[in-house]
Amino acid sequence: MELYEKTIHELHELIEKKEITGVELNKSVYERIAQVEEKIKAYVLTMDWEQVLQKAQAVDDMFARGGKIHPLGGIPMALKDNICTKGVRTTCSSKILENFVPPYDATVSQKLSESHTILVGKTNMDEFAMGSSTENSAFSITRNPWNLECVPGGSSGGAAASVAADEAVFALGSDTGGSIRQPAAFCGVVGLKPTYGLVSRYGLIAYASSLDQIGPITKDVTDCALVLSAIAGHDPKDSTSVNKPVPDYRNFLTGEIKGMKIGIPREYFGEGLDGGVREKVLAAIGDLEKLGAEVEEVSMPHTEYALPAYYLIASAEASSNLARYDGVRYGYRSKDASDIVTMFKKSRSEGFGSEVKRRIMLGTYALSTGYYDAYYLKALKVRTLVKGDFDRAFEKYDLLAAPTSPSVAFRTGEKRDDPLAMYMMDVCTIPINLAGIPAISLPCGFSEGLPVGLQLMGKAFGEGPLLKAAYAYEQSAGFHLAKPTLNGEV
Amino acid sequence: MTDMTFKPYEAVIGLEVHVELKTRTKIFCDCITEFGGEPNTHVCPVCLGLPGVLPVLNKDVVDYAIKAGLALNCRIAELSKFDRKNYYYPDLPKNFQTSQYDLPICTGGYLDIEGDGIKRRVGITRIHMEEDAGKLSHGGETISTSDYSLVDYNRSGVPLLEIVSAPDLRSPQEARTYLEKLKGILEYIEVSDCKMQEGSLRCDANISVRLQGSNFFGTRTEIKNLNSFRALERALEFEVKRQIRVLEGGGTVVQETRTWDEEEGSTLPLRSKEEAHDYRYFPEPDLVPLVIDREWVEEIKKSLPELPDARKERLIREYGLPVYDASVITGSKALADYFDDCVKFYPEGKTVSNWLMGDLLRLLNAENQDIKDCALRPEMLAEMLHLIDRGTISGKIAKTVFEVMFQTGKKPMEIIKEKGLVQISDRGEIEALVDRVLAENPQSVEDYRSGKEKAIGFLVGQVMKLSQGKANPGMVNDMLKDKLK
Repeated sequence: MELYEKTIHELHELIEKKEITGVELNKSVYERIAQVEEKIKAYVLTMDWEQVLQKAQAVDDMFARGGKIHPLGGIPMALKDNICTKGVRTTCSSKILENFVPPYDATVSQKLSESHTILVGKTNMDEFAMGSSTENSAFSITRNPWNLECVPGGSSGGAAASVAADEAVFALGSDTGGSIRQPAAFCGVVGLKPTYGLVSRYGLIAYASSLDQIGPITKDVTDCALVLSAIAGHDPKDSTSVNKPVPDYRNFLTGEIKGMKIGIPREYFGEGLDGGVREKVLAAIGDLEKLGAEVEEVSMPHTEYALPAYYLIASAEASSNLARYDGVRYGYRSKDASDIVTMFKKSRSEGFGSEVKRRIMLGTYALSTGYYDAYYLKALKVRTLVKGDFDRAFEKYDLLAAPTSPSVAFRTGEKRDDPLAMYMMDVCTIPINLAGIPAISLPCGFSEGLPVGLQLMGKAFGEGPLLKAAYAYEQSAGFHLAKPTLNGEV
Repeated sequence: MTDMTFKPYEAVIGLEVHVELKTRTKIFCDCITEFGGEPNTHVCPVCLGLPGVLPVLNKDVVDYAIKAGLALNCRIAELSKFDRKNYYYPDLPKNFQTSQYDLPICTGGYLDIEGDGIKRRVGITRIHMEEDAGKLSHGGETISTSDYSLVDYNRSGVPLLEIVSAPDLRSPQEARTYLEKLKGILEYIEVSDCKMQEGSLRCDANISVRLQGSNFFGTRTEIKNLNSFRALERALEFEVKRQIRVLEGGGTVVQETRTWDEEEGSTLPLRSKEEAHDYRYFPEPDLVPLVIDREWVEEIKKSLPELPDARKERLIREYGLPVYDASVITGSKALADYFDDCVKFYPEGKTVSNWLMGDLLRLLNAENQDIKDCALRPEMLAEMLHLIDRGTISGKIAKTVFEVMFQTGKKPMEIIKEKGLVQISDRGEIEALVDRVLAENPQSVEDYRSGKEKAIGFLVGQVMKLSQGKANPGMVNDMLKDKLK
């Protein structure tokens, strides 16, 4: 087994035992990128090898001097390109930020630096995290490592593909309506959307502030727990981050879930759910039962209203968050504008892609005088109802289980011209963001040769029990061990 | 105090006042708020609105807002929140302003004003917190006629309070009185420097006219660019007359925003109601709602200084000052503090007040100086007043001493010694002077003796002149009268 194929915890053990060095590990991943990136196109940019080598050497030196090495120390990783990195281009896969170099680090970037991880590249995404296929990137189309003819999901498609194709040991993505979990499901890796407020959003280029959350994309649940422990915690720079002590999430990975109560929300198995996906998810739920969990069906009656509410709230916030890209201070500025209004209009018309423009217009409309009550305000009320469904369910159950996505990865181009069909891809993930609770997607088998994702949802700040159940399932099912072939016609 | 000049109409005016708070740092980041730095030196990713940054509310801003609310008799909200006001302008780094919409921090207050002997209670509808924008300098006249415009974001994120009055003001002069009084209070509670020329106090006015006694509101216009008290009063006068002219001519007032043109002395249309922005307010998702517990409010209440009205009453009560003097002195906190410091060392309030109202204000005005920078400190004035009482210097000499103190900051005794200004109270010395004047002015002596008592004034003056003002005037007067019997 090559080094680049291994997990964080396996690699950490090898480093600690001095069987490998950080330099060797990073070299392995770097060669892997050189080998497969042409096919996958997971990255917007990769870091200069000399720089990576230097950092890896520094970690090795520190360890040689007798320093204690952090569980993530020396591990090569990738960041979704909407997470600010000081001195490194951060583009949101948008023409409007193509040459934007942040003068500051996102809090998560800083935390990972302090853990001595090594950034190898910034991953491709749907422009400004708007999309479910990573086809909305201004730069390239990322391929699914399980079948290059298919999309990797989105919007963190580059991050999920980089981990699945072993171009990074782990990655951070962001999840506003499913953007970590759905690509994790499509690419057969583990993706966690933490509770809103658990991980600082400072330095995450905002799409929809009340929904965005950064989370790990990893090769297994243990790695997920390790990364989450490193990035979670209160940040005085983010007023919405919660001041709670962060546990070591590894302590929850016991494999023991006897007596755990798991609810199965009926509405997530309704019309539009792919037969293959249904079968694998139900089988996974059966496995959880065999492991000792008590499983019961539950109704979440407001689920069907979550999708429209989400597209109103997220678009409304986006219309305001993206107003700053006007060509005045940074980013793309149209060359042929003679006055300020034309400059605004042309810079934005030329700089943004069509999906971004669609959501800005939708959000602007929803907030306009005369429409606010009917759209935005109503959507907020629906949000409260959706949250109420979860509150009630969690009075009775420790976790909920459902599919992550109604289908497996679809073919590139298949839904590109049908925004509504694309929006439907988020139907199982969106309610979680509206409620602010944590959810994880993990591989639970294959349908049509493509990975299927099992989604587990937990109580707010209940990442511990969530990871506990995910780990127990993963260890018994073993789907995380499968590796993609990187085959298919492009 | 309805202004009769507009008869049979009356003006209905409400003011929206923006004040920059003098907290050390900005409202959502750690940058300093200092005025006048090199362009774009007091900035950071947050106040520049770079991608990915988040605001963190400065607690001092909330403290100041509560202070202002209490001083203006407002209710302080238990739950308040911030909202985004969306509009595009290059001085606004995020193209939205973080402000407050439907849950402002203070509501339902009032301010009592007085003019021409008539009192009026002006409602304070609301006070809310928001961030200031940056500042544009155009290459040409306006943004649309310039080849380029430069923008300085030092001011971006400086905390502002917007104080909105009810439409309770009935004349331009009343509007001015309200604004002056509001400025005084904000200075008193030390939340703002209120310098209109630096833009730390800005004012917009909403104005309509109606027939006196009517309960209806006419169509209003909003006037911007009112950068001084004078501009406010002149612009409102112009606008009232303009609206009356429109109505008298059978027309209707158009609801619009107008701007005051200082040079032209007129208001000009800026944008119509149709062109007005739809700000698309919605709750700021990057900040959590603000919960203000009552203990916090009580604590601030205790820390409030004595406010102008209470202080005025106290000066009248304790020192017997005339109402006018007490109003002038308490009109500025710095002047009132100066007065209080003086009477600590010299408890004759009326005497102190006379010197402040007369010489001090005259010199400050002439030198265009702020009382806080004045070299003449209260204890020096008090010492000088004691020297007059002891007869060391005359009141006349004191005027000279006062002026030298003002210019140099030297202590009165030092000045008196340096200039040899000690009063002559030696009988012998004075008698010599008196005798000389009597001998040199036989005509005046004659006049006095024949009943023209005024002539004595001239003779006293001659003695004082001869002594270079140093002779004790009381003694000179007595001695002259004695010798002329």
